[in-house]
Amino acid sequence: MSATTRKNAAAPSSLRLVLTLAVAGLISGVAIIGIYEATLPTITTNKAHELQAAVLKVLPGVSRMQALVFRDGELLANTEPAKDEPVVYGGYDDGGTFVGYAIPGAGPGFQDTIGLLYGYAPDRNLVVGMEILESRETPGLGDKIYKDAEWVAGFEALAVEPEIVAVKKGTSAADNEIDAITGATISAKAVVRIINETHVAWQDRLPPPGAEPELVEAEDAP
Amino acid sequence: MKRNEAYNEFVKGIWRDNPVFVQVLGMCPMLAVTNSAINAIAMGMATFFVLVGSSFLVSSLRQWIPKQVRISCFIIIIATFVTVADYTLLALVPAVHKELGAFIPLIVANCMILGRQEAFASRYPAKLAVMDAIGMAGGFMLALFSLGAIREILGDGALFGVRLFGADFEPWVIMILPPGGFLTLGVILLFFNWFRQKKDEFLDDVAEAQRGSD
Amino acid sequence: MDNLPWIFVSALLVNNFVLTYFLGLCPFLGVSNSLETSARLGMATTFVMLVTAVCAWVLNTYVLIHAPYLRLICFIVVIASTVQFIEMLIKKLSPALFRAMGIFLPLITTNCAILGLAIFATNRGYGFWEGIVYALGAGIGFTVAMVLLAGLREESELSDVPALIKGTAMNLIIAGILSMAFMGFAGLFSAS
Repeated sequence: MSATTRKNAAAPSSLRLVLTLAVAGLISGVAIIGIYEATLPTITTNKAHELQAAVLKVLPGVSRMQALVFRDGELLANTEPAKDEPVVYGGYDDGGTFVGYAIPGAGPGFQDTIGLLYGYAPDRNLVVGMEILESRETPGLGDKIYKDAEWVAGFEALAVEPEIVAVKKGTSAADNEIDAITGATISAKAVVRIINETHVAWQDRLPPPGAEPELVEAEDAP
Repeated sequence: MKRNEAYNEFVKGIWRDNPVFVQVLGMCPMLAVTNSAINAIAMGMATFFVLVGSSFLVSSLRQWIPKQVRISCFIIIIATFVTVADYTLLALVPAVHKELGAFIPLIVANCMILGRQEAFASRYPAKLAVMDAIGMAGGFMLALFSLGAIREILGDGALFGVRLFGADFEPWVIMILPPGGFLTLGVILLFFNWFRQKKDEFLDDVAEAQRGSD
Repeated sequence: MDNLPWIFVSALLVNNFVLTYFLGLCPFLGVSNSLETSARLGMATTFVMLVTAVCAWVLNTYVLIHAPYLRLICFIVVIASTVQFIEMLIKKLSPALFRAMGIFLPLITTNCAILGLAIFATNRGYGFWEGIVYALGAGIGFTVAMVLLAGLREESELSDVPALIKGTAMNLIIAGILSMAFMGFAGLFSAS
């Protein structure tokens, strides 16, 4: 009780106020840096695993991958991408032979931005797989873009030239046509459009087939 | 006596002054994550950790925190706990963290947490403050869980991902969409109002009967 | 630059902060009993949001790339100081406006919509102009939702509503219906 009365009686000096805040900030800073340092390795590994799992999923037959940064007109392996620098992932089989690219793309969907990753085999000019990384599409309808196995399987061999077209369910005939999802046409078309736009953007950046970057073994490769 | 007091602080948060259903506080980021029971519980637990931790610290340090900068100190303490919770969830359960996403840092902006520090923890000893925090956070968790469970059962026909109804059940998708959050909370509050009204009527009846018997 | 219209409309209508993210509910339910106060608070919030977007961009570009773990604390401190400053400014320039805002002006600081804006903009990796447009869309969207609810509430004052539903329960249900109406805006940019 005496402490409270004393506190009320005399206003503390501004030095004391500044000091209190500084001490509070210091302690909180130490605590935050502590937890950050403690969790960072787990978080980094988790993220790397997640990315690797997605890449392996969209590129069948791939067991190893590396990030390729597009800089000054060529793809560089083993480079830290700067902010806003475009990145693709190269997929390689057990022997280190190049299989295809996993290319990230994003664009407006029905509700919010859809982020996805698709596998592209440059030698055959085909999309070989697609995985939705983030979306907030309507549950039960739009979320079929990643829950509908038939739709996802439709991306396993899809020609990207001239462009992918989503057609009414059961009517796909040509190599570049895919059955849209009943009840989620807009989301399905959004996915197709994102892939088409990303493909156009990357078309001229990728080296000609056969000249893909070699797999560079990172020091801490598993 | 002492035990009674602590028990009182605990119970008031769970039921009588339930932060969500009675005080209608701290809903801001919370309705967004209650579209399934598991998300609701994860959010509830994170809030529990933050509220109990910061109540304890604020109450123990209350002698040293000058009145003029108390709010800033509370916020620094709360933000530290939230950052700790954020990184811990990200490291341990990345899947849940992805679902809750940006709403974990928003725990800081939960008016209920700052409100408890200002109204209770900064005035009472640590033991009572912790009991109060546990009660409030418990009540909050309960509210989140009931919202999440109702919305998941109606909107997805499942609880914790386990199907409850046969294949014929047509889910009310609207319930897991944002409008469902508003509607569910509105209806629950309606129920609480009704309950209070009935209780008041009942107490009036009792009083009436007592007067009559005199 | 071509995605600026999408960012704006998305924040304004499709992903309205109040009606789909439930951000800023405290003032949404607390102050929305009169049209004029709602409009003013909405404008104040929009302004704070714009300032926040600039602060967030500066912090993200120059400070937080070196220390990502300080994000939350930095955002809170900077936003709180900005709001404090604006509060002093309003108090000086328009005491009437200051009185009309009442208790909710300091609460803009703890308004989740403000912090949410900074965090969402960071998570989406928005640049300077994208952040500004996002803040503008979110702020106007917040104002629109506030004004709509206030209008409905003023109307409902004149009608015979059972005492049981009056208050927060009814406001939440009205908000739910508004939110349902706003769902109609989904697909605006992808339907082409």
